[in-house]
Amino acid sequence: MQFGIFSVGDVTPDPTTGRTPTEAERIKAMVTIALKAEEVGLDVFATGEHHNPPFVPSSPTTMLGYIAARTQRLILSTATTLITTNDPVKIAEDYAMLQHLADGRVDLMLGRGNTGPVYPWFGHDIRDGIPLAVEHYALLRRLWREDVVDWEGRFRTPLQSFTSTPRPLDGIPPFVWHGSIRSPEIAEQAAYYGDGFFANNIFWPLSHTSRMVRLYRQRFEHYGHGRADQAIVGLGGQFFARPRSQDAVREFRPYFDVAPVYGHGPSLEEFTRDTPLTVGSPQQVIERYASMRDHVGDYQRQLFLVDHAGLPLRTVLEQLEILGGEIVPALRKEMASGRPAHVPDAPTHASLEAAARAAAPAELAGEGSR
Amino acid sequence: MSGRRIVVVSAGLRQPSSTRLLADRLADATVRALAERGVDADVEVVEVRDHAHDLVNALLTGFASEPLQAALDAVAAADGVIAVSPIYSASYSGLFKDFFDALEEDALADTPVLIGATAGTARHSLALEHALRPLFSYLKAVVVPTAVFAASEDWGGPGGVDGRLAERIARAAGQLAELVAAREPTARPDPLGDVVPFERLLGS
Repeated sequence: MQFGIFSVGDVTPDPTTGRTPTEAERIKAMVTIALKAEEVGLDVFATGEHHNPPFVPSSPTTMLGYIAARTQRLILSTATTLITTNDPVKIAEDYAMLQHLADGRVDLMLGRGNTGPVYPWFGHDIRDGIPLAVEHYALLRRLWREDVVDWEGRFRTPLQSFTSTPRPLDGIPPFVWHGSIRSPEIAEQAAYYGDGFFANNIFWPLSHTSRMVRLYRQRFEHYGHGRADQAIVGLGGQFFARPRSQDAVREFRPYFDVAPVYGHGPSLEEFTRDTPLTVGSPQQVIERYASMRDHVGDYQRQLFLVDHAGLPLRTVLEQLEILGGEIVPALRKEMASGRPAHVPDAPTHASLEAAARAAAPAELAGEGSR
Repeated sequence: MSGRRIVVVSAGLRQPSSTRLLADRLADATVRALAERGVDADVEVVEVRDHAHDLVNALLTGFASEPLQAALDAVAAADGVIAVSPIYSASYSGLFKDFFDALEEDALADTPVLIGATAGTARHSLALEHALRPLFSYLKAVVVPTAVFAASEDWGGPGGVDGRLAERIARAAGQLAELVAAREPTARPDPLGDVVPFERLLGS
């Protein structure tokens, strides 16, 4: 099982000091956080993609390429890559390039984006969100899997004899997760292709996440990719931990109370009851997240949001020490116990390459995929 | 015939509330009118006040607390709805609107709805026609022709200030009962239980 962190990349004033980091500070802080993630033994760093203030990460592969050069082991991912407003040709090129630079330590999570004006800024309409995600992804898959593509669709200029370069590393496209909070169509899309499904669990009740994951698993089996419990599931999560739980609550509350998205709304107590946010001792975080598989089944990837709402870099790095030092080792043990042998790990470049090699005598590489 | 479920949404703020008083009168009259047509009905009352904080939280976070979600689900699964608001500043109260804003899209589509309102004076009565009725038309509900307004003075004499509140309640309840009795009991599909196969999404 993979553990990691995902960042929204928000530039938010620290409510306890009133100080707002500069864009430069925030961007460098994201890099420092990613390097720390590798140092403390996490598996994945994923960056958001945004095209409006107060967010900085508009250019994920630039940032991930830089992090790739300074890490050895960390898987670089996104949360999410906008499959709606980005040109699928550019996604195909950028992430294949990143694969080569990062020696295959790359996957990505696709999402639609819910900021209305971003669509017209990139020549689209939010009301086409689902059809855009469907058409763009169908093209993206072909660009990575076919050397020469002729294509025509609704949303982008047609392509004749187009070759996306560089070709994916070793002929293996990056593994794709489809992220969604509430759209069954996206769970269906992930299931249809046998891709991963990431439920960003952090703002919503677990009962809802559990229904979405069940749908994805059923449809994954329906489309013949394996048994329902072999589908590839990721979850978002959120915590703030200190050795003594009352210290965690006291320190996190001022950030929680005015945080983007849920600030000025539910109390910290209500929100920790109704969503997976856990504020307390490392042991409380371990217990809460060890129970996730009771709701969604054995799963493959757990990402945590640790660096939002104006938390200072120093605090975030301390949280990563606790995450890597105490929480994740305990969770690895918990999640491994009783996990059936037929439940796969999250695909990586190495595992996909091995699978392709194993399948090669039976079918030519590149065939057999939708 | 099998039973029907009437859900009352009452947005009065005081306790006791004249809005709730009117809502209960409308509900009782509706149950009687359905019984006259040989239809059993249960009544469930949603006091919007009980969900006030959760409504604001739901607007900010995008998800409803468990008790609020149960109330929203009840409205979405209702065979008929009785919606009553106090009139503030020439319209329904903000809290009343927050509740209907928190409903899923199409939750009230084709649902028979009886609208009612209360206020200090009868001068507010047309708010039913210029505010509540368009709101429910937008929500694709089937709003019964008679809307019932009760001003403070209506509670004073037998049958209200013009002697006709009881008559209006009975007429409106009869219209709601007629619509509810004519429809099959509501079965709302689970949005996650009814997936569009991906081939169809690809082809669209």
